[in-house]
Amino acid sequence: MTPMLTDLGIAFGRVAFVMLFVLNMGGLLTWVERKQSAVMQDRIGANRASIFGLRLFGLFHPLADALKMLTKEDFLPARADRILFTLAPFVSVLFALVAFAAIPFGDVLQVGGREVPLQAVTLNAGILYVFAMLSLGVYGVMMAGWASANNYALLGGQRAAALMISAEVAIGASIMGVAMVYGSLDMMEIIRGQGRPLFGWLTWIPAWGIVTQPLAFVLFLTAGIAATKRIPFDFPEGESEIIGYFVEYSGMKFGMFMMADFVETVVIAGLTTALFLGGWQVPYLAADGFRFPWGAALTLARPTVVALGVLAFCLKVAMACWFLMLIRWTLPRFRYDQAMRLGWLGLFPLSILNVVVTGVVLLAWRSA
Amino acid sequence: MRLRQRFYLVEVLVGLRVTAAHFFVNLGRHTAHYVFGRKDARGAVTVQYPEERRPYSLRLRSLHRLVRREDGSPRCVACMMCETVCPAHCIYIVAAEHPNPEIEKYPARFDIDLGKCVFCGYCVEACPEDAIRMDTGILEFSSYSRRGMIYTKETLLALEPAGPDGTPRSPIPIPADRTP
Repeated sequence: MTPMLTDLGIAFGRVAFVMLFVLNMGGLLTWVERKQSAVMQDRIGANRASIFGLRLFGLFHPLADALKMLTKEDFLPARADRILFTLAPFVSVLFALVAFAAIPFGDVLQVGGREVPLQAVTLNAGILYVFAMLSLGVYGVMMAGWASANNYALLGGQRAAALMISAEVAIGASIMGVAMVYGSLDMMEIIRGQGRPLFGWLTWIPAWGIVTQPLAFVLFLTAGIAATKRIPFDFPEGESEIIGYFVEYSGMKFGMFMMADFVETVVIAGLTTALFLGGWQVPYLAADGFRFPWGAALTLARPTVVALGVLAFCLKVAMACWFLMLIRWTLPRFRYDQAMRLGWLGLFPLSILNVVVTGVVLLAWRSA
Repeated sequence: MRLRQRFYLVEVLVGLRVTAAHFFVNLGRHTAHYVFGRKDARGAVTVQYPEERRPYSLRLRSLHRLVRREDGSPRCVACMMCETVCPAHCIYIVAAEHPNPEIEKYPARFDIDLGKCVFCGYCVEACPEDAIRMDTGILEFSSYSRRGMIYTKETLLALEPAGPDGTPRSPIPIPADRTP
């Protein structure tokens, strides 16, 4: 095999893994949403869709949904902008999907004498990229609101834009604290930094972002949930008042907006994992095996270590998704003005404060 | 609002604790159910209708039936009491001379339009002969047309009262528009 083909294969593999992971997680989340909410509320949840009498705890419901959406009428309002109206759901889903590309899902793997960092694209400013893609996602929503020629849709799109701006500012500012602590904008470097132990008598704790930047974690999670436009920040949709930016959408185009929301949830879960939960780091797992602080050790082969890391990353993302779902099914919706106040007078100043305090502490630490 | 409530984050955590506790307790019960076959604690309050049914109360007003005499003819004497009292005007009776001189009349037709019926039970209370009852326990009657909701004398006569636990003993009558 020529080196170029190998390179191509590796690049394809990296992208395919991320794409399949995100899409499958997104699809699975529709099932998780139904089942988790049901279990939380002492119910059973959707379990009727079956193939040859096989129900599999309702796992076929996402399939049934997709079938339903694909066979429904694809409605185009008479006065809608045909091109923008059709484009909007694609834009929405695209930016949600590509945002995951910079999030590493594993350590560097040796394939055929090559060093392959396990992330779809190797970017030395990965955080900025994810941040940019998340912000661009709102274009689809605004486009949908505007192109629908419907006042409620326009209102929903405008609300989404306002929410996105207030959330993105807080996301960016809270991520800055993390970038300062680990001294890099490269996601791989940040995750590597989280593998080091804490200082002093706390060496048994790995320096995950949630330990070094607890305030940023809370702020990021809050703003991240806002960025997904789901309850408790779902006023762009506002089911009980304005239906929101996708009033005029039906069939699979509506389904794509739904999918964008779920994929964004996966992206936020992935970002939370990468920045605050140690990414692919397994506690006490060094490059050559487990090194426990009490002296025990377990030597493992390099591929095993990398595989454990990938598994740990997937598990952490799943747990983060579970937690986001838990929040979504626990909290009531914020009013528009409440969310704006929370964003601009709560999250934003607090994240700036976090950056300032982190900077001061880091300066004092390094000069000491 | 108290300061703690104004801060909101603490209250959020309190709420999450409640829902997460429900989640894990129920998940444990479901696991016990599916994996270990233990069904002593229910993980959900869901009744999986139609496979699973809650017993109906015996007082439930369900589909009407016409009570039969020993020879199988209707006990109804076509006095029109029920038709008169019915607030929904859903009963239609055509009276005819009964061959037996002891009995004055009998219903040649006795139709109930269940599409109109409001299940108030006035017809049962008004009946001087105890000829109409609403104790079949049948609730699942439906049809694709309004016509199919009209139940005739023959259908109503064939129905049996529900069992002691409220479960119906007669099969659900098939409306006219669904007969093959």
